Amino acid sequence: MEYLDDSVNLGRPSSNLIGKYMRTEHLPQIWCAGCSNGIVMRDVVQAIDNLHLDRDKTIIVSGIGCSSRAAGYMDFNTIHTTHGRALAFATGIKLANPRLSVIVIAGDGDIAAIGGNHLIHAARRNVGMTVVIMNNNIYGMTGGQFSPTTPTGAIGTTAPYGALDRTFDILNLAIGAGATYAARGSAFHVPQTIGLIQEGIRHKGFSIIDVVSTCPTYYGRANKSGGAVDMLAWQRDNMVPIAKAAKMSPEELKGKLVLGLLHQSEHPEYTEAYQELIRHIDEVRSHGF
Amino acid sequence: MGKVVLMQGNEACAEGAIAAGMRLYAGYPITPSTEIAEIAAYRLPHVGGMFIQMEDEIASIACAIGASVTGVKAMTATSGPGFSLKQENLGYAMMTEIPLVVVDVQRVGPSSGMPTSPAQGDVMMARWGTHGDHPVIALCPSSVKETYELTIRAFNLSEKYRTPVLLMMDEMIAHLREGVVLPEPGMIEIVNRTSVVDPDPKRPPYQVEPGQLVPAMAPFGAGQRYNITGLVHDESGFPTNSKTAAEKLMNRLMHKISDNYDDIVTHEELGMEDAEIAIFCYGGTMRAALTAMEEAREKGIKCGIFRAITLWPFPEKELEKATRHVRRILVAEHNYGQMVLEVERVVKGRCRVDFIGKYFGAVIAPADIMKRLEESNDGISR
Repeated sequence: MEYLDDSVNLGRPSSNLIGKYMRTEHLPQIWCAGCSNGIVMRDVVQAIDNLHLDRDKTIIVSGIGCSSRAAGYMDFNTIHTTHGRALAFATGIKLANPRLSVIVIAGDGDIAAIGGNHLIHAARRNVGMTVVIMNNNIYGMTGGQFSPTTPTGAIGTTAPYGALDRTFDILNLAIGAGATYAARGSAFHVPQTIGLIQEGIRHKGFSIIDVVSTCPTYYGRANKSGGAVDMLAWQRDNMVPIAKAAKMSPEELKGKLVLGLLHQSEHPEYTEAYQELIRHIDEVRSHGF
Repeated sequence: MGKVVLMQGNEACAEGAIAAGMRLYAGYPITPSTEIAEIAAYRLPHVGGMFIQMEDEIASIACAIGASVTGVKAMTATSGPGFSLKQENLGYAMMTEIPLVVVDVQRVGPSSGMPTSPAQGDVMMARWGTHGDHPVIALCPSSVKETYELTIRAFNLSEKYRTPVLLMMDEMIAHLREGVVLPEPGMIEIVNRTSVVDPDPKRPPYQVEPGQLVPAMAPFGAGQRYNITGLVHDESGFPTNSKTAAEKLMNRLMHKISDNYDDIVTHEELGMEDAEIAIFCYGGTMRAALTAMEEAREKGIKCGIFRAITLWPFPEKELEKATRHVRRILVAEHNYGQMVLEVERVVKGRCRVDFIGKYFGAVIAPADIMKRLEESNDGISR
């Protein structure tokens, strides 16, 4: 599934999308020049538009960090929660009203460090929601500390000699925990990422899309990655579509990131299973058992 | 008049919550509150409600807040260690004005403490646990029946004032079983939040309309697309760094509770009319105080009881008035001395304030209180 054909509506020009879905009175956003969060936010909105979701029934949930500010700019029901806890809030929203479409926007520190436990269990329960990660390998809001996805050896303000910690593949964790849809996109690969988010929203159950993002201001400067364009070019040159990756040797894949749908499986969606339980109990009781 | 049923405190809490309209419970197992979760898990699907066991205490309160945002009444229950963990999102619910009931069945602390032993050591955490200044309503039952009633009241207050309400139980009442007569369903007063019926997209979601106590709340999914944030926000619901907006918000959050003190605060007085000595207590400690008072009266000691039902706001006006003529107040609580500080603050040195506390898992017995009541005036004073 490469989404390079005409099947994905790119919705150009972007200004149409901004007028339709953004709270323009709160723009411009607070993100730094060159930050890719805006690209990813646009991808989410385009996917929503392509699917014709009822915006009154679409909930955007976020935690804390640069990524989480996206919620405030998007004209839906939006809730900016506490650091790492977005998935737990989202679980309550979906459980209480299963007819709502719940989309969580999170950063790598938010979802994989402080929110790691919630990620494991939201994936395990298979609650119907879509998680889009703006994964920029750094804590940007607090000024460039290393995160769980900072590559080993890379510099952060709290890793002045290079991070000793092993870097973290969030999707491997999510798949291991039972996520029924896991995909990787990137800020550079816009059509593919829109397609992956779109399919994630359509998927029945817990879907997670790890979008490789860029933070030129903190990560880029500290690690001499060049400017915003250079960092996007890195994604272009080092991300391999999954179909192509399948034909490559482990040596050839070293240092590369696989792009596309990495995992999809079927499992009962949690809120449906619970509604079924309610119906079953009701039936048993009405028969006087 | 309903029939008499034998009920445990935790059970009364779960049943009271369902009677109040709770339709989502999110929790995590912890002694001595677990029965609340167990009963909720069994009962909720029978009334079309939902139970979920979350991965931890933090997620439990977050899940309950999420449900409440969609218009569903929600609750979580825990004990000391879990109550510590919930403080973060408790502050979030206070700041964002999301109705919610949080139950803390207190046990001996700090840390893991004594999981099965009673205490009342979380009452100051109930007031000051989450960071920053914040409004608090905390209720404290002293019988199984009152647990049922106060759980309903906790929901009603949370809906009315759009704020989380704490039900501060203790292990004594949580695990006590007694015969209770529950009110008929039709006889229970149920308060529901003022919901936005016909959403106007231009209406600032945090604007208080004339004659309203709090902003009307639009459930997520009902058509008003607005933003909720734990950051300081103005009436539009969007974050702001304006000092004026921050001051206005904080004042409104604090005043919605303090201005309605008379509506919120309740207490009980027994024998205070002619009392020379007052026992100040709350929660399960009331049981020993009652027996001690009866014994003291038989021995000619003019003793009365002042019981706080609302711990926060502290019933300061009532306490001040009720104790004007006493020469001594004996504060009995299951901790190292917490609410005694409030009593001293209210009394302002007008009379002696003594303290009896047990903070090591033992229960204050009537004899313990009796001994202190019989002390002469020059007994050990705080």
